[in-house]
Amino acid sequence: MAGDNDALPVRTGFLGWLNKRLPVDAFMRDQLTGYYAPKNFNFWYYFGVLSLVALVLQLVTGIFLTMHYKVGEATAFDSVEYIMREVPYGWLLRYMHSTGASAFFIVVYLHMFRAMLYGSYKAPRELLWLFGMAIYLALMAEAFMGYVLPWGNMSFWGAQVIVNLFGTIPVVGPGLVDWIRGDYGIADATLNRFFSLHVVAVPLVLLLLVALHLVALRHNGSNNPDGIEIKEKKGPNGKPLDGIPFHPYYTVKDLVGVGAFLILFAIVVFFVPTFGGLFLENPNFEPANPLSTPEHIAPVWYFTPFYAILRAVPDQRTGAVLMALSIICFIVLPWLDRSPVKSTRYRPLRWKLALAIFAVSFVALGYLGLKPAEGSYVALARIFTALYFAFFFLMPFYTRGESTSRVPDRVTLHHD
Amino acid sequence: MSDTPASAADEVDQDRRGFLTFATVATGAVGAAFVAVPFIASWSPSERARAAGAPVEVDLAKIEPGQMLTIPYRKKPMYIVHRTPQMLEHLAGHDSKLKDPESKASEQPDYTRNALRAVKPEYLVLEGTCTHLGCLPKARFQPGMADLGADWPGGFFCPCHGSRFDLAGRVFEGSPASKNLRIPVYSFRDDGMLVIGVGPSETGAA
Repeated sequence: MAGDNDALPVRTGFLGWLNKRLPVDAFMRDQLTGYYAPKNFNFWYYFGVLSLVALVLQLVTGIFLTMHYKVGEATAFDSVEYIMREVPYGWLLRYMHSTGASAFFIVVYLHMFRAMLYGSYKAPRELLWLFGMAIYLALMAEAFMGYVLPWGNMSFWGAQVIVNLFGTIPVVGPGLVDWIRGDYGIADATLNRFFSLHVVAVPLVLLLLVALHLVALRHNGSNNPDGIEIKEKKGPNGKPLDGIPFHPYYTVKDLVGVGAFLILFAIVVFFVPTFGGLFLENPNFEPANPLSTPEHIAPVWYFTPFYAILRAVPDQRTGAVLMALSIICFIVLPWLDRSPVKSTRYRPLRWKLALAIFAVSFVALGYLGLKPAEGSYVALARIFTALYFAFFFLMPFYTRGESTSRVPDRVTLHHD
Repeated sequence: MSDTPASAADEVDQDRRGFLTFATVATGAVGAAFVAVPFIASWSPSERARAAGAPVEVDLAKIEPGQMLTIPYRKKPMYIVHRTPQMLEHLAGHDSKLKDPESKASEQPDYTRNALRAVKPEYLVLEGTCTHLGCLPKARFQPGMADLGADWPGGFFCPCHGSRFDLAGRVFEGSPASKNLRIPVYSFRDDGMLVIGVGPSETGAA
């Protein structure tokens, strides 16, 4: 590999001393200035970096909230009110953290859909997809336990419903539930361990997984909207013809996206922090009460597609199994899709329709999961649950030998 | 071992090395499993939580006929309903609409596995958490309430996911819950007190 970007600068003085001991220049070259990314990235490619921004936002605001929050059945709810009313800018830290959770899921869902649009989960990036799914699972655990911490009534009853799901496991279920809670109900012991996991354990796991996700990404390089491996067409300098250095080209492009994201984020934080009960549910402004169920229990919006699937089934054990399966389907996606072509651009109408049906079903289930489980809502949830699973289970059949159009040799820069 | 001492010293006995590596890893794994025990066990309910889960006593004289008392036991609400003769009458005649009319698949002490699901017919003792996902079913004792249908015999309705139960806590067809409401271990003492957490044959605290 030879090229202008490959030569390391000759350093003297402090930088020379530093580079002899820490490969700063070599790292910058390998990962930024000498790392070539496809030049045809579009709007969808903002959501990876935005996920990273959301992670940092959550870590920073979380650290500062932990300085004022008091874990415990008797103190948790009051300390959150104290943060909101008496800690200088406490309301801002808390709204940034609660809005940040929803923003994190919005960008992660769009990031995942991007991977489905352009086949980014296909060889050689299956492991990259699996690390991403592990991040998604850890994120769900993190969000669920974080939602319990304010100890509002929806925190309490949401925890009750989710923890009881483990009780549907045959034989070990009931004992497992007592073990998870550390008591015979959702109690102080439960709150304390969720705090420990939310603040220490899961964030550490998340950071490790994000590091692995990035290493796996950089090893093969990013996919792109055409689904072409740019490393297959290299110029005389050994660099991909369809690639441009990540820095400065994509760092600058990403900064624009981050700016736009932060503007939208600030609008929500300052003007609609509860987002009409979607980001912070109304019953959670009442303290936890084990003897009073909210009229209608619904999780926060990012879990509602799976919650709708759970409730669509009359039998609870089957419902819990289907809910678990609905997430497992995502994990095995690289092995369900048999098409040799990555990008939806060059795949037949049949695939485009299937992907559209999936997207509509996912959004519809998300809406239905927010609604009470009665009448036509349940009937609709059943239809969309069937469509959701049909998309995954029938995929090996409708993608096998599909009539794809010709994939160009080089990336295209005009958009369809 | 070999004729040439110089090469014998360099020779590696791969079998021996493999065995020692395996033995070391296996010993370490067993040790790790033992070390994991206290960490995993620390999640179980503490002695304090176990003590707080001791049996509770209820004075039945406080409950008027047709009324329900809710008391907490082991962090769960216990429903104690003083059933009137009319309420008991309404229990007959809808067995065909129930998922488990004889409580075969449901959880209750053996001495309450009968038609009225009770030791004394007039007192119904239930765990007030839905067998679906643990919400609190609401008391809807009035028969024929508009939102629950003209043939509603009176019972419990879970607001979370719409499970319906009769006045013996038996679940109706079409509910997401698949089992009848659980019945805790309980007994009546000679002085008329109800004790939740102690069965009729047990002498001491459970």
